[in-house]
Amino acid sequence: MLEFLAARLIRMALTLWVIVTVVFFATRISGNPVDFLMPEGMDAVSRQVMIAYWGLDQPILQQYWRFWLGLLHGEFGIGLSERRPVAQILGERVWQSVSLLLTTLVVTISIGVPVGVVSAIWRKSAAGTAVLLVAFLGYAIPNFVLAILLILVFSFALHWLPSSGSMTPLHYIMPTIALSAYFVAALIRYTRNAMLDVLSQDYIRTARAKGMSERQVVFRHGLGNALIPVITVLGLQITTLVSGAVVVETVFAWNGMGDLLVSATLVRDYPVLQFGVLSVAIVVILVNILVDLGYAAIDPRVRTGGA
Amino acid sequence: MVDGTVAGSGGDLAGAQIRRVPPWRRRLAASHDTLRSANPLVLAAAAVALLLVGMALLAPMLAPFNPNQQALLARLRPPVGFERADPRYWLGTDQLGRDLLARCMFGLRLTLALAFFGTLMGVLVGVVLGLAAGLMRGVVDGLLMGLVDVSLSLPFTLVALFVIAVAGTDTGVLICVLGLAYWAHFARLVRAQVLALRALPYMEAARSAGASNWRLAFTHTVPNIVSPILVMATLNFSNLILLESSLSFLGLGVQPPTATLGSMVGQGRDYMASAPWIVAVPAAFIVLVALAVMLLGDFARDQLDVRLRDR
Repeated sequence: MLEFLAARLIRMALTLWVIVTVVFFATRISGNPVDFLMPEGMDAVSRQVMIAYWGLDQPILQQYWRFWLGLLHGEFGIGLSERRPVAQILGERVWQSVSLLLTTLVVTISIGVPVGVVSAIWRKSAAGTAVLLVAFLGYAIPNFVLAILLILVFSFALHWLPSSGSMTPLHYIMPTIALSAYFVAALIRYTRNAMLDVLSQDYIRTARAKGMSERQVVFRHGLGNALIPVITVLGLQITTLVSGAVVVETVFAWNGMGDLLVSATLVRDYPVLQFGVLSVAIVVILVNILVDLGYAAIDPRVRTGGA
Repeated sequence: MVDGTVAGSGGDLAGAQIRRVPPWRRRLAASHDTLRSANPLVLAAAAVALLLVGMALLAPMLAPFNPNQQALLARLRPPVGFERADPRYWLGTDQLGRDLLARCMFGLRLTLALAFFGTLMGVLVGVVLGLAAGLMRGVVDGLLMGLVDVSLSLPFTLVALFVIAVAGTDTGVLICVLGLAYWAHFARLVRAQVLALRALPYMEAARSAGASNWRLAFTHTVPNIVSPILVMATLNFSNLILLESSLSFLGLGVQPPTATLGSMVGQGRDYMASAPWIVAVPAAFIVLVALAVMLLGDFARDQLDVRLRDR
């Protein structure tokens, strides 16, 4: 287990190093970063001051070192549109994004797993087929289209739900649906397939033969084993979830990181974008590690098999 | 039997005539079987896909209007069949009086082209790097797979935001961004296939005969792994249609006034309350084309019985 942990941590460190390095050099390949980092139409003197301030007149390796120091000290510069420290701007928005992601995750799991199990058990009935078809639709409808459809129906036609903002619990309903539809569909499919795989195993037949009730067979032996691949897949989908959240937040003017990053890109607010991308990437990688560890804790085969 | 007709030679096989079946008939029969095993849903998907691709390819000829031509007197007309509709504009007009059907056709054309070239980019990069990793092993393998890990652990939208902020929204940049979405999946798939093939005797033989890595890759490996790559490409093509639409919806894709389906939805948002069709029509196109391609991809996977990783 220790060896596994160490291997994972080394890989994570390498990944982070690659990302930070790419972000650093990408902003320097395409011209002097002062043109990105500072508003347009700056006079020559302040440009020189800024170049000196950011240390852009120093050798590139020294700049690289300073970049790392800045990251480690939490100094990421000043946002161009809001004129406040980037860490502060992002900090205010983190909770909004996290709460949306957590709500989505809870909804996804509490709908996806049970429906997946049921559709595996009913696979030969019309209901099972219907579930699969609906799941397929969830795959093909992009989240922003679903979001707009929801707004059209529930905000404009029925006036039941607010169309934008993130203040009250009511505001959570539509973004959560728009964001979770794809993942519910995915989870239904994965759970169903995993259940079908497991239920055709010999030990399930043995369990039935020794007179276990069907419910016990399905839930104790079936679901218990089927959940292992499902958890892996869920871990792999975290990046997709974050990707989707960026779009959905924009549609609903959700006061989160995604909305912030998109508008930062549109106005080329480089400091915000740079640090935003880095910090989200770091969090996603950390979550991935946690999922890996959780997975290793559940399934002993992972630890020994060597990932 | 080697080259065809063996018809009761010498009378030993009295009456037992073995007819040579011409290869084209065998192929026809096979495709007939494929068609028969396709359920009506898949056939419908194929029909829709054909129709939409045809519309996109022939857009310059078929479109009733120039997609960017404004008609300020005919603004915000609903599709035919609704009140206030103008019979010239079948699917209605937008806030500038531009014909939605024409815009959708050209938008679809652009979306499909970007998704296609994005897929191609992903396939090319992924296949080459996957081959290199699988055949060269060692340090190259370690480095490339590390890169794959990095790529897979990053949310696509973030990468896209960053690249677009640095490099802009040229068509070439967008294709590269879309290629970035799935190259790692292809690299992984190809590497896994290469590792499986490496162990086979014919590869061993080729290697001992002194075949270079280049030859091993393109003569002995690629022809054997075409079908899983094709299936994965089809499945990713539909995803790229959705990704491209999301990007242009956010305003980060092809810039106005050129229409893509996603940007039509994005820009129509401001008129959603009064003129919902501006958003609904392109949205319907996105869903239709993605659904059709996705169903075909699933069908292709089932036909070739390819088990893909990551799915």
